[in-house]
Amino acid sequence: MSNTGLNTGTQKPRLELKGITKAYPGVLANDNIDLKVLPGEIHALLGENGAGKSTLVKTIYGVLKADSGDILWNGERIDITSPHAARTLGIGTIFQHFSLFEAMTVTENIALGLPGRQNMNDLAKRIVEISENYGLPLQPERRVFTLSVGEKQRIEIVRCLLQNPKLLIMDEPTSVLTPQEADKMFETLRRLSDEGVSILYISHKLDEIKNLCHKATILRGGKYISECDPTVETAKSLAEMMIGTNLTAPKHREAADRGPVRLKVRNLSLDSNDQFGVDLNLINFEVRCGEILGIAGVAGNGQVELLEALSGETLCQNAEDISLEQEYIGKLGPIQRRTRGIAFVPEDRLGHGSVPDMSLVDNAFLSGYTQKGLITGGLIDTQKTTRFANEIVKKFDVRTAGVSHKASSLSGGNLQKFIVGREMMQDPKLIIIAHPTWGVDAGAASSIHQAIIDLAASGAAVLVVSQDLDELFAISNRLAVIADGRLSVSRGVHEITIEEIGLLMGGTEGAGSKREVESVA
Amino acid sequence: MNGFEWFIPVILTVITAATPLVFAGIGELVTEKSGVLNLGIEGMMIVGAVAAFITATLTGNYLLAVVVAALSGAFMAFLFGILTLSLMANQVATGLALTLFGIGLSALIGQDFVGEPVQAIAKLNIGGLSDLPVIGPILFGQDPLVYLSFLMVFLVSWFLFKTKAGLILRAVGDSHDAAHSIGYSVIGIRYAAVMFGGAMSGIGGAYLSLAYTPMWAENMTAGRGWIALALIVFATWKPGLVLVGAYMFGGITILQLHAQAAGLDIPSQILSMLPYLATIVVLVVISKDESRIRKHAPACIGKIFHPAA
Repeated sequence: MSNTGLNTGTQKPRLELKGITKAYPGVLANDNIDLKVLPGEIHALLGENGAGKSTLVKTIYGVLKADSGDILWNGERIDITSPHAARTLGIGTIFQHFSLFEAMTVTENIALGLPGRQNMNDLAKRIVEISENYGLPLQPERRVFTLSVGEKQRIEIVRCLLQNPKLLIMDEPTSVLTPQEADKMFETLRRLSDEGVSILYISHKLDEIKNLCHKATILRGGKYISECDPTVETAKSLAEMMIGTNLTAPKHREAADRGPVRLKVRNLSLDSNDQFGVDLNLINFEVRCGEILGIAGVAGNGQVELLEALSGETLCQNAEDISLEQEYIGKLGPIQRRTRGIAFVPEDRLGHGSVPDMSLVDNAFLSGYTQKGLITGGLIDTQKTTRFANEIVKKFDVRTAGVSHKASSLSGGNLQKFIVGREMMQDPKLIIIAHPTWGVDAGAASSIHQAIIDLAASGAAVLVVSQDLDELFAISNRLAVIADGRLSVSRGVHEITIEEIGLLMGGTEGAGSKREVESVA
Repeated sequence: MNGFEWFIPVILTVITAATPLVFAGIGELVTEKSGVLNLGIEGMMIVGAVAAFITATLTGNYLLAVVVAALSGAFMAFLFGILTLSLMANQVATGLALTLFGIGLSALIGQDFVGEPVQAIAKLNIGGLSDLPVIGPILFGQDPLVYLSFLMVFLVSWFLFKTKAGLILRAVGDSHDAAHSIGYSVIGIRYAAVMFGGAMSGIGGAYLSLAYTPMWAENMTAGRGWIALALIVFATWKPGLVLVGAYMFGGITILQLHAQAAGLDIPSQILSMLPYLATIVVLVVISKDESRIRKHAPACIGKIFHPAA
């Protein structure tokens, strides 16, 4: 099925790992892992959060040193002692969290990743050349903080390409892209593969792995499980290998019996107080009891501002902009809104959704004390709060050594489960969830999705803001798209296609999205 | 000509009042651009001042005195670096401690030199040029350190914005994690920046004890280190504006001296407060415009860098 006609029989692997083992205190992050990547091969590295993918990638990139095991490069045993050494060999890495400098220009960012001195004008020309050549449009003089996430990622890719890499490692590259942006990036990757560049591709999105990759290596709990051909596997079989158990798709109620309107937003306009923020422009929508409304959109199109207006972190100009069951709440602060039964799961888990250096118990108290009555006589009811935290951990399968541990000690997925659980267990009338499964593995994602659907079934109104269209299609009853601070009219999930949504979300740049929204409107 | 007769001495004194601020400010600017907040400028300046004064009295060699001042300032900064960069102590607390330490240390080593006279650093005298009316004394009759201060502003500006090394230094200040993951030595670069800042503060101190008031007195920096610190926010981390700001603050200092001399009917204490009040007012005004700060402020300033494996 290989679409590049790889000659897999006789070629020497470009990169081969043999028996890589790396232990951290108390955890065996990598246990005797083997991996083989051929020239020109797009090789998927699959595994849940905590399966050892990041550790392995860091070992290949010279950030970590393995305790034992060999790394072979074009058949020769080598030591990769630093990222610099890795780059010299021709290994380029695009991490999930970009290594970019926000206040600097595209050219400066790229210059920083290249060895030696560069003439900035020549470099800018080469950037334009490469970016046009590979379909990665970039303007060299723009400052990074003005760019979309997709454009930021292009900087990273162009930076790698300028060094003529032999192996490109990509860690969850599409988690932040629109479907159109992702398709464009796949074209670039296929082209690189045709030119003989090997790609090690890490992703949770099984469909794109099936679509893009020639081979897949599956890790689970730090161990090598198997190598397979993703083109002949199904997404379900891949997921099951990854998590080691059978996966059940979220059970969705067809045609929700729509209850009365619970949340109503009328002509909400709000100027962002951040210079680089997006102004909200006449936002209108409503969410009914028992219904899940999904809001799709590329990051930076007003989601942050909308969520802040809904949570009460930013107050509206008119109280009647937002109403909850006939009551105007536009001028109420977050605590007043919480006591009225609104729960929030913000986008940023550490720092916004939780206090990283506080225990899970304290974090459970912080948002739950009003609804769960965790204060007695003006003091914190420690017993009751601990019980609450333990209930969350148990009900939402949060893997932690105990509720007295810091929030920051949890992996991203587990912390997300904890925060979602904390909000859901307050029996909210309305819950607003931003990016419910961002960076969460397939197993945890499906349990979070099921919990959201169950909550709606019990009569709560649910608003989900996400960039992951598969997710929105899987759980929402209706979908709307936010672009450049405007919200499209919402439509039932069965009446709209993923392509239409993608077009509404906008091509690739902020300017583009504005035009399209206007032409739709 | 009568108008200029009072004017020239005012300009000349403004220059001497501003020069220590230029040195300390431009040094701290480099330190902060690398993402380190060193509140110990005052301490480094005063150690520089006493070191320069002692060297000058003992040897009479002013060049050596300035070099010793720079080295002692850099050494103080090195101590700060060990504590905050290698041992990861809190930068704010360590900086404050460095100021207190510097004031105490300088008083201790300078106690035998209090009140001793020293010749002020010689002013430049280029034959006919320095004798030109008005512009002669202002442009061609300064001491070498004044010219050096202008040169340093130019050099720092060129280094930060035109060289790759400067780009790397700014990058470390903007996102130390990203710089680390690309493979730059965050700690090493910060040591260099912190020590450069210390050396500049040391020279700023030397200017005080060798040129501004050629003598040694305990605590003679009198809060100039703090003004230099405020200058950087005022200048939104731009070297050219540090120079402008330093002259503005120097001007206010001199203005209040002249106002006192002219017998204005205002208590002298209020006039002495002027530069500090001006600092606060300017900081409040500047801080209102958040975007300017965001664009130029090093995002990682004051944050401890843990090289995560």
